[in-house]
Amino acid sequence: MAAVAVTIPKTAKRGEVIEIKTLAAHVMENGFRRTQTGELIPRDIITQFVCTYNGVEVFRAELYPAMAANPLIAFTTVATESGTLELKWTGDNGYTATHSASITVS
Amino acid sequence: MTSRRQFLLLSLVATPAIAQLDPNIAAKRKASLEAAIRKVTGGKPVRPGKVTLDVPPLVDNGNTVPVTVSVESPMTAANHVQAIHLFTEKNPQPFVFTAHLGPRAGRAKISARCRIADTGNVIAIAQMSDGTFWSDTISVVVTLSACLEDGLI
Repeated sequence: MAAVAVTIPKTAKRGEVIEIKTLAAHVMENGFRRTQTGELIPRDIITQFVCTYNGVEVFRAELYPAMAANPLIAFTTVATESGTLELKWTGDNGYTATHSASITVS
Repeated sequence: MTSRRQFLLLSLVATPAIAQLDPNIAAKRKASLEAAIRKVTGGKPVRPGKVTLDVPPLVDNGNTVPVTVSVESPMTAANHVQAIHLFTEKNPQPFVFTAHLGPRAGRAKISARCRIADTGNVIAIAQMSDGTFWSDTISVVVTLSACLEDGLI
């Protein structure tokens, strides 16, 4: 299980815009660097990030090698109803990471 | 004061290092950036405005550059930002990220950290639900390059 760090408020008022900050531990090897012997290091990055709110996709991002290592993604969503937020990262070499958090909307 | 002899000697020493670089690199980078923007916009005009790109103007370390893109939009079902694209001018490939938003986002504001290879422009393009494209460009100065460890861009 890949390590991720996520900040999501536990409670929110209905209709409030909440900010979600995510950080995934990943080297994001960009595929342009070489070893000391001159061999190209193959690309190994996270290519996609998806956030679903009670099963509905609210945010999606495609990442490219120009994202820094341990990619940080911060975005916003409207707290519509109580439920769970599912975050999923997918990448090269079968990398996947998931995180789910519940939110109570009053 | 460099004498003619010293200059010729120097140029002999310097030539092999320069020869490793593609002489058309600037033109190629420009073409790949234009191709990337065309891929996103489909040839539609991109107007400056509405988008605010926040990047530090002087970057010490190009490996982690904090970037915030915000777009003026009511984010309603009828009028919202569909996608935010971020490009860099001097990287080996111009894409940084593409974020797909919708009315559920509430606010069109994205933060991330990117790598910037060399001093140049960073461009954010917002795709609105009415099919228009808006952009913001910021020129940044990078002292330590990312992407290529040996500094040859």
